[in-house]
Amino acid sequence: MIPEIGHFALVLALLVGIAQASVPLIGARRNDPRLMGVAESTALAQFGFVAAAFAALTACYVRSDFSVLTVFENSHSAMPLIYKFTSVWGNHEGSMLLWVLILTLFGALVAAFGRNMPESFKATVLAVQAWIAVAFYLFILLTSNPFLRLAPAPFEGRDLNPILQDLGLAVHPPMLYLGYVGLSITFSFAMAALIEGRINAAWARWVRPWTLAAWMCLTLGIAMGSYWAYYTLGWGGWWFWDPVENASLMPWLAATALLHSLVVMEKREALKVWSILLAILAFSLSLIGTFLVRSGVLTSVHAFASDPMRGVFILAILVLFIGGALALFAWRAPLLKQGGLFAPVSREGALVLNNLLLTTACATVFVGTLYPLALEALTGDKISVGAPFFNLTFAPLFIPLLVAVPFGPLLAWKRADLPGVTQRLLGAFVVALLGIAATLAIEGHPVLPALVVGLALFVMAGALIDIAERIGTFRVPLATMAARARGLPRSNWGTALAHFGLGVVLLGIVGETQWGAERIVSMKPSDRVTLRHYDFSFDGTVPRSGSNYRDLVSRFTVRRDGEVLGTMQPAKRTFLSRNSSTSQAALMARGFSQLYVSLGDVSPDGSIVVRIYHKPMVLMIWLGAVIMFAGGAFSLSDRRLRVGAPRPARSAAAMQPAE
Amino acid sequence: MLWPVLALMTAVAIFAVLWPLARTNAAERTAADAEVYKDQLDEIERDRASGVIGVAEADAARVEVSRRLLAAADAKPPPALDAATGLRHRRSAAVITLVFVPLAAISLYLLLGSPNLPGEPLAQRLTAPAGTDSMAGLIARVEAHLEQNPDDGRGWDVIAPVYMRLGRFDDAIRAFRASLRLNGENADRQANLGEALSGAANGVITSDAKAAFERALALDASNPRAQFYLGLAAEQDGRTSDAVERWRKLLAQAPADAPWVVYVRQALARLDPAAATSAAPGPSAQDVASAADMAPSDRDQMVRGMVERLAARLSADGSDVEGWLRLMRAYVVLGDRDKARAAAADARRALASDPDKLRRIDEGAKNFGLDG
Repeated sequence: MIPEIGHFALVLALLVGIAQASVPLIGARRNDPRLMGVAESTALAQFGFVAAAFAALTACYVRSDFSVLTVFENSHSAMPLIYKFTSVWGNHEGSMLLWVLILTLFGALVAAFGRNMPESFKATVLAVQAWIAVAFYLFILLTSNPFLRLAPAPFEGRDLNPILQDLGLAVHPPMLYLGYVGLSITFSFAMAALIEGRINAAWARWVRPWTLAAWMCLTLGIAMGSYWAYYTLGWGGWWFWDPVENASLMPWLAATALLHSLVVMEKREALKVWSILLAILAFSLSLIGTFLVRSGVLTSVHAFASDPMRGVFILAILVLFIGGALALFAWRAPLLKQGGLFAPVSREGALVLNNLLLTTACATVFVGTLYPLALEALTGDKISVGAPFFNLTFAPLFIPLLVAVPFGPLLAWKRADLPGVTQRLLGAFVVALLGIAATLAIEGHPVLPALVVGLALFVMAGALIDIAERIGTFRVPLATMAARARGLPRSNWGTALAHFGLGVVLLGIVGETQWGAERIVSMKPSDRVTLRHYDFSFDGTVPRSGSNYRDLVSRFTVRRDGEVLGTMQPAKRTFLSRNSSTSQAALMARGFSQLYVSLGDVSPDGSIVVRIYHKPMVLMIWLGAVIMFAGGAFSLSDRRLRVGAPRPARSAAAMQPAE
Repeated sequence: MLWPVLALMTAVAIFAVLWPLARTNAAERTAADAEVYKDQLDEIERDRASGVIGVAEADAARVEVSRRLLAAADAKPPPALDAATGLRHRRSAAVITLVFVPLAAISLYLLLGSPNLPGEPLAQRLTAPAGTDSMAGLIARVEAHLEQNPDDGRGWDVIAPVYMRLGRFDDAIRAFRASLRLNGENADRQANLGEALSGAANGVITSDAKAAFERALALDASNPRAQFYLGLAAEQDGRTSDAVERWRKLLAQAPADAPWVVYVRQALARLDPAAATSAAPGPSAQDVASAADMAPSDRDQMVRGMVERLAARLSADGSDVEGWLRLMRAYVVLGDRDKARAAAADARRALASDPDKLRRIDEGAKNFGLDG
């Protein structure tokens, strides 16, 4: 009964979605508050029904109900409980259900907390959100239905793909989807602004928290995916410029640009049309990412099942929404009034530069990702655009961006004093130069990596100086400083943290790529290998059994200067039900650096191929992303962005401009 | 139980659409953008007070925000709705919802869903009474048991032949290997493993399978399964005479009632029909060996002799349907169709009381082309 209730709940969600997509829109056109009011209750009901469907599917997985086709195909009764939960979205059908769950979650949040928006605008936003939802309900019900049944039910499931039997599956897809789908709200806001023909600084303030929340989740989702790939794939790479990764990077770049253009729009009412376009593009890129990953155009661990029907369906959704949105944009955008003016050297100017560089970088990734696919579709030629292309195009765009990062927050609005700002950044320049000198002294040539270290330190120090300047360090007494630090808007702290995190990421990247070391050796028990200052001795192999797998664990004792640091236990893991195996790497953190041991093939004479890596500062890559996330969270908690916080009722007089 | 729940859910969905339509309060038009600008003015004041921005900048910013605030206040409110139109809208929305939502929900669900299938969580099925269990259920129980106790050799012995019968050769290989490891090696287990390996290779005797059969013969030279498959291997390698020889030897050693004789004979018939027909209940090894050396006419003689022995036996005891069929086939092979027809007639008479056997004779006669 439970799977059927879930199925019916999904059908009802579709119908409630159709109501939400139509009635409030009519209400907004006719100025009928009751029709507009339908948006809120249906948004909440839609979320309720999708949540019920999701809960039903989860119950089927947890209770190993193999009469449900997807449960049979992606689950096994002997799996640990946590993977029974995560395998709900470890497959195409379930992951699409997660997609709409998050979509309706955002809709419900707007309905519940978006009280500071005009009624008609909110109704339109929710109606647009429902269009997206309806398209995806139809997609799920007609091509990817997770509630299809099997009769008679098989007694045992086929198990989840072993690579996915990892905690990463519990974190990465939900975070990434929160980011992808969160951008649907900015899309809906943009469409509503175009439909209503109203866009002003207030719009930027309403849309900003949602963009920020989506951006935070996307940042963390991408970082978690990267870390998962790093420890799972067995050779310590953390970014591959793989089309699926690029598909998540593109919306991130667009969302980052949008976040910055919204600042200008909120403060100065400039960049209005541009922000609308970015909001449309950011979600369009999310949809393209979904299409690339889900249609089977790309083969990777993410392409669970490829079915041409699905590809065509998603393509239709893509054309409908992106094409429709851009057409609406072309029609309505010229009607929007332009806002405030500013000089090239100003905070606005810096943010425009940021936007230019970010969108160019995004376009570069777009071309590099889609060109090979388009070429193959048109001419049948297979070409591969790999890391060299991206390194050569992406880096030159990001380096000027990073140089500009510390300047931006210090520049004044409208018209700024560049020499003055440069002077204030003197401390950061000094830190950067010291860093370059120290790097050259320790590591020697080449010079380029040392310069990148300098750049990273410059960005980090710049972020600190931004805060120090704002609270008046060295200029005012300590007590005043503390008071100012407390009084400083949280969004300032957020900016500084996020920029600092960016520097940390850069430091991690340069450390890992420039000074990493690796050895690939064939070892027998009691063999020893030295990498950098570390000494690895292979103690032997022991079997160990888990709930649905068996491990062949190899033990290594790690020493430095004769002193034992601990043991590392990489393993070959064999999954019985699928008769396939994965390699479990062992990691040992040394400060921000990591030692990484993974196993290759075992030869008949008992020797085993061992890959040992030393990855200096590698943890900073993900730590930086977490700092950026924290920066976003600080900014989100800024009082001016707190959505829906009940305000004390104001008298009509208080609403007059205070002179 | 399912339908009331679905009906309740539909009611909730309809309620979600209708409830706001029925609410009495017309929400007052909120000056939402004015709120934002008011906030921005407060913010400028705070920044100025804390010294983040100078007085002149604060003034400029204040002027700009105030201008926006005035613009927002000036924005014309949209024309108010007249009550009658509003009521009409609401009524039509309500009626459409009341009709459309339940109808569409039920038709779409009936199209896609399976309302008659109950959920079958594993725990519930494991506690179901054993008698109601399907074959699959029994297998799953044994599998679950072996998952917990992978060192139970007897369990592997039980499940392995079941896997073979179901054609799950990879599982069978795993099970036979486990059995070999836990229960010790013997010719039967090795031969079974070989059979599973060749099954997994779609009947091709791979080198792995061949090694297993050879190992079985090393343990017990008379193992018929290994002999048979090694003959098949010879046939697949194109060494037909080796295959024939091996199978003939096998038949010669065969106990009269061995169930596998029929397979060997079928295989042999494929390569050497004469040898197959002559071989029941089996010419002695000497007979076969001498037949191979004889001149063709002598060999024919010997075969005829054997056929006559069979005919004599059947005229004494006519209940052996296999014997009759063998006799009919032998006459056909020897080119003596009249005698074959006569044998069929005799058989029908002898088996008249048994309709099943009679039908087999009829079928045999048809297959041998003796009808009409």
